[in-house]
Amino acid sequence: MKGASKHVIVAGGGVAGMEAAGSLAEMGYRVTLIEKGQDPGGHLLQWHALFPDRRPAEEVRGYLRKRLNHENISVITSTVVEKIRHHGHDVIVNLSGGTEERADAVIVATGFDLFDAHRKEEYGYGIYDNVITAAELEEMFSMGKVAKADGTLPSRVGFVHCVGSRDEKVSNNHCSKVCCVTAVKQAIEVRKMLPACEVFCFYMDMRMYGPYYEELYRESQEVHNINYIRGKVSEASVNISNRLVIKVEDTLAGRPLKMEVDLMVLMVGMEMSKQGAGLAVASGLETGVNRFLETGDHHYGNNVSRMKGVFYAGTCTAPMNITDTISHARAAVTETVRYLNGR
Amino acid sequence: MSVRQANRFGFGINQSRQINYDTSDRKVRDYVTLREPSFRLCFACGGCSATCTAGEHISFNLRRMITLIRRGEIDLLRDEVTRCMLCGKCMLVCPRGVNTRNVVAMTAEAIRKLDRNEL
Amino acid sequence: MKPEGKKRIWAEYQKEIPDDHFFYVRSCIRQTFFAGSEQVFLKIMRDDLGKDIFEDPRHTTCTGIGYHGDVVPFETIQTVVARHFSLATEAGYKNIAISCVTSFGIYTEILETWKHFPETLERTREDLLKATGRTFDVPETISHASDIIYKFRDEIARKARFNLSDISTGKPLKVVEHIGCHYSKMFPKYGVGGAEFPHVLIGMVESWGGDIIDYPERRHCCGFGFRQYLIQANRGYSLSASRKKFESMEPYRPDFIIANCPGCSMFMDRWQYTINEIDGITYGADGQGIPVLTYEEVAGLVLGYDPWELGLQYHNVQSLPLLKRMGIRVDPAKRFLAKDGSRLPEPVGLMNE
Repeated sequence: MKGASKHVIVAGGGVAGMEAAGSLAEMGYRVTLIEKGQDPGGHLLQWHALFPDRRPAEEVRGYLRKRLNHENISVITSTVVEKIRHHGHDVIVNLSGGTEERADAVIVATGFDLFDAHRKEEYGYGIYDNVITAAELEEMFSMGKVAKADGTLPSRVGFVHCVGSRDEKVSNNHCSKVCCVTAVKQAIEVRKMLPACEVFCFYMDMRMYGPYYEELYRESQEVHNINYIRGKVSEASVNISNRLVIKVEDTLAGRPLKMEVDLMVLMVGMEMSKQGAGLAVASGLETGVNRFLETGDHHYGNNVSRMKGVFYAGTCTAPMNITDTISHARAAVTETVRYLNGR
Repeated sequence: MSVRQANRFGFGINQSRQINYDTSDRKVRDYVTLREPSFRLCFACGGCSATCTAGEHISFNLRRMITLIRRGEIDLLRDEVTRCMLCGKCMLVCPRGVNTRNVVAMTAEAIRKLDRNEL
Repeated sequence: MKPEGKKRIWAEYQKEIPDDHFFYVRSCIRQTFFAGSEQVFLKIMRDDLGKDIFEDPRHTTCTGIGYHGDVVPFETIQTVVARHFSLATEAGYKNIAISCVTSFGIYTEILETWKHFPETLERTREDLLKATGRTFDVPETISHASDIIYKFRDEIARKARFNLSDISTGKPLKVVEHIGCHYSKMFPKYGVGGAEFPHVLIGMVESWGGDIIDYPERRHCCGFGFRQYLIQANRGYSLSASRKKFESMEPYRPDFIIANCPGCSMFMDRWQYTINEIDGITYGADGQGIPVLTYEEVAGLVLGYDPWELGLQYHNVQSLPLLKRMGIRVDPAKRFLAKDGSRLPEPVGLMNE
């Protein structure tokens, strides 16, 4: 078999890494997938349902698990790729624990970190009982119960968009793309679970860029009575009843507004992962002003690094949704195969 | 509407509310932009006006004021710009790093100059 | 509320507060409105804590009121502050201790300006030399006087004669803390605990046995804001901002407010009288006003200083009910007696009488 002797290391076992590994194995390449966690799956492991159709995340997880279940793939877990260097025709990878692996090519798929909500101090995450992140709400969906810290049900929930995105104050000027539609999806789910609960989204712009996103936004208004207030939340505090008090400008009414909510959900954005950033520094891979990996060309070389034999897949290059991540991973495989064939 | 008109017909001619972008005056915008380039960065999120201590109690709205400057609606600005107390809390919030205090100061200066035909 | 969340933030914003040898700069207005605060601070530092703290009578206003009131240019205020640094240099001090939050904000703003724009420091050196023939060293540390009390709060607690609890119930007093905006909102790193959850006053209150109230408008400005109150037509802003805070804290029934800023202390005290005159409203328990104390006054009470020596009789909102709760006795006959036995002027319109 043509590729059988060739070995590709995939750094990172999230959506991009799993898809890339699966595609390569299918084409007959020998693949080693290095995953830092105990199991492959990445952020998707924490997700209950996916936008825009609210299908169970488990369906996509199942697909990806099947992709990995191939005799050409070996998976190394609880291990991190610390450094990549090119040596002759080989790419040498240093793994945590001090071992080295040799490969013919490497696909970096180190993914993203969720923005650490503690850094927006004014929202009181980690201090006020009922300030949670979108990821924590997703866990509540998985558990089948959306509740306040004291176990009681919320009667009003507020979603705060753009937490850690589009915000110079936390050094993130970029848009994380998926948080708007995630908020709409989660808002609908809250209303479905708790029909008596009022739901508000505090947004700056509604960026419904993908297929059926705008339709989901429309459905949220038409069917689920989600309320939208255009303004960036400036601070949150608690009152004597331990309800959160949100301050915002209702920019469309042109007046400051305050509102009590029982649960405040922070739509935390995507940042370059710490692990990916460390790998980039150690290996001399370029990063952009947004701190994600800089690709060879934004239009036609978006999977290519500036190091021979090293390719990029998924959100280590920029925020993207699952659909785009899978496509991006397949494109990374195409670039890798082209490189290996031409070598 | 003059008394004479009202007496004769019992009604007047309504003035247009339209922002006429071709006749409005953007000298103030140009003056402010030149001296405080971060002015261009505002994306109207309203963080400033949510946290504004003055706007809590009177009709002052920095987000709206910036739009009025951009559109050249100078008559509406004259009064608005005097209402800011320059406490600077908006600067702590602004996700685009606009030097809001200087925007207000430069706007006031531009209007003073405009009224003295120095702009 | 998760206390560990606040502790996490406090750990991130720790500043260097020196242990000894301070050059003290006073506030313009405090000696008038809170007559005993600065005096008792010096006494606590020297007599109770055994610290070296030096004052130079040639020290002047920092001109902060004029600066924020648009009549003193930045170049001028830098030169005035440079002169203070020169006095400190001359006396051999490297640690500045600042009584006023406005001044503290001015000093931090100037130091940051000099750091980021070194040419302004050089220009200021020239200006000061030309104007006065003086030179100066940039101080090594800048502490607000509340930072220093914060640093020694546990030592004060060990020497305490009273603590912040109700002697009849044994329960901690409920305390609202109010931090001046210019303490850390401009430069969070200069404040103990940062801007969103400052720890400087909370640390004192908790060390001395009180409970802190976190209420929705905790971060809100008292309304002082120089442009607000200096111009009579704007004073309504100032009053409305204070009222917003009182309304927000009222449901918690606070025993008193502790503040670290001269303006905040003054307005939160005086405006309670004004609101009562305009609307007939009070915000404390049983139709009373909420006493507003400076942190030095609270430290003084805890250490057993005579409330009349602290100047509590000159607050608009009187503290007698509070003192009674704490078990502090006062001699009514001495309330308006000066040290030499002469009569002091008696204010009118006092609350909680």
